[in-house]
Amino acid sequence: MNQPLPYSNFKATLAMAKASFRSILRSPSSVVFTLAFPLVFILVFGFIGGGGITIDVGVAKNNNPQNPIYQALKKIKAIQLVETETPEEMKSELEKGRLDGIVSVQNNPEKLPAYTVNVQYTKASLEKGNILKSLLNNVFYQINLHAPNSPPPLAELREVTVEGRIYKTIDFILPGQLGFSLLSTGVFGTAFVFLSLRLTLVIKRFFATPVQRYSIVLGEALARITFALIGALIIILIGHFAFGFTLIHGFITVVNMLILAAIGIIVFMGFGFIISGIAKNESSVPPIANIVTLPQFLLSGTFFSISAFPNRLQPISKALPLTYLNDAMRKVAFEGAGLTDVGHQLLILAIWGIAVYAVAVKTFKWE
Amino acid sequence: MNLKPIITVKNLVKKYGSFTAVDQISFEVFEGEIFGLLGPNGAGKTTTLEILETLRDKTSGEVMVDGFSVDRDPGSIKKRIGVQLQAAGYYPNLNLTELIELFSGLYGIKVSPLEMLGKVSLVDKAKARYKELSGGQKQRFSIATTLINNPRIVFLDEPTTGLDPQARRNLWDLIRNIRNAGTTVVITTHYMDEAEVLCDRVAFVDAGKVIGINSPDHFIDKLVASGFEREKQVKSANLEDVFIHLTGKDLREM
Repeated sequence: MNQPLPYSNFKATLAMAKASFRSILRSPSSVVFTLAFPLVFILVFGFIGGGGITIDVGVAKNNNPQNPIYQALKKIKAIQLVETETPEEMKSELEKGRLDGIVSVQNNPEKLPAYTVNVQYTKASLEKGNILKSLLNNVFYQINLHAPNSPPPLAELREVTVEGRIYKTIDFILPGQLGFSLLSTGVFGTAFVFLSLRLTLVIKRFFATPVQRYSIVLGEALARITFALIGALIIILIGHFAFGFTLIHGFITVVNMLILAAIGIIVFMGFGFIISGIAKNESSVPPIANIVTLPQFLLSGTFFSISAFPNRLQPISKALPLTYLNDAMRKVAFEGAGLTDVGHQLLILAIWGIAVYAVAVKTFKWE
Repeated sequence: MNLKPIITVKNLVKKYGSFTAVDQISFEVFEGEIFGLLGPNGAGKTTTLEILETLRDKTSGEVMVDGFSVDRDPGSIKKRIGVQLQAAGYYPNLNLTELIELFSGLYGIKVSPLEMLGKVSLVDKAKARYKELSGGQKQRFSIATTLINNPRIVFLDEPTTGLDPQARRNLWDLIRNIRNAGTTVVITTHYMDEAEVLCDRVAFVDAGKVIGINSPDHFIDKLVASGFEREKQVKSANLEDVFIHLTGKDLREM
């Protein structure tokens, strides 16, 4: 009989958390929901979005590279010169809208104008054609201005571009995916674990040990929060380094985002506790969990800004907790807001948290 | 044998609504014995066991386990008993070593997982998951988890149900070893041959009442003395003896 040390609830909680964390890491579904799913979306949107518009312009292969008009076009970032195609290929591509225009420059060595530029636009890409037109006008204006013997200009154009941050697609998509990752980890993970621990009598066996009930819940929660935060950190870092996700204040922004993530996962785990209590068996978990997650997936600004939704859906969007988490995440990451600046969003999340846990306490079942 | 009671149950009653599952049960378990609770399904064996294990509230009566009352000090009881539940599962996705570590954390006691697994001959399964074990190995592992806190009493609820004769005998040896190391064992079973060879004393429970407590030999002698005879003359061996004779005592598990 050895009973030397007093029983430590803290150590029991940690033992619970450690076991749970190991189990989560080995459960394929939690890894897929938390990491793989959001990363696939980020990858897809990261590559599609890129940032800004590009106009593909075909130029003849034998173009003289010293040509100043050619040089000027090359300097414009939005213009992508395609120099590898034959005139026939270019024509066909233009008709399909894969090229937004074809530019060919003629050199007239003896007379003025020194250069003639023939431009073909396409009805398949009118909008980009118009942008190309104005870019070309700008180029001509600059070149004409510098031509020798040219009359002094009647009007002078002075262009100033205000330095601003470029709001990239990733800056919108990543916080939304992060929010959704937290939502599914919190809801599905928690619901499945507690239901299966109850049904397979694992919890009953725990009750035959001196462990306190709160240690079991707290240990599980700690493991899930840790896992979700590691997932969030991986998503943020991949987003930042691979896709240029904007982190205004760098490290501080990451810390603020992780704090938001922790608040989010705690609120969402509440839904999981409720579902684990009301679900009869494992197959009834996904339908109930989807009722919670799907509307938020679609209406909380995960993929599109909620301002894009019709007015009738706006009140629903504005009631969902994920909307506020996404909003807070974007403000913190892109606008550099501190946690106090997103107090309104945090307040609504807190109200959701209190409401959800009030219900969870009533519906949660141990046996 | 030293007849010091380690469990005392007096007038124990458990009602579920209007149904009385346990009806005025009284018995004692002595220190160091293997005590069997026998009876048909639904007789109230598991309910009684779970009340002793502090897993279930009683309606009335008094239960003392190793000097502690189940009402006043369930926490102290939990620290001194080991419990194997009928059909309990284990935490998913963990191997046996990690499960032992988890339980040792829940009991607040440091143990070496390999040493615990060694007690039930599962060292070579240390990295296996619970669900990959055979029936006999699962039961042995369950018993290993009951020994972590070096308990005074272990409760085993139908530990041999569903096992083949070899695995059953293997488990009997294990249970005897636990008792020989000084731990009291309370066991339920549906196999009377098992109770006969294993238990020092048995209590028959039917419809929530204890209808007899004594040693298996005493019950058998009494029945024979009353003039009972089997319809068929008993041979000096039975079919299970044949089974063991033909297939050997070696455990069959992968």
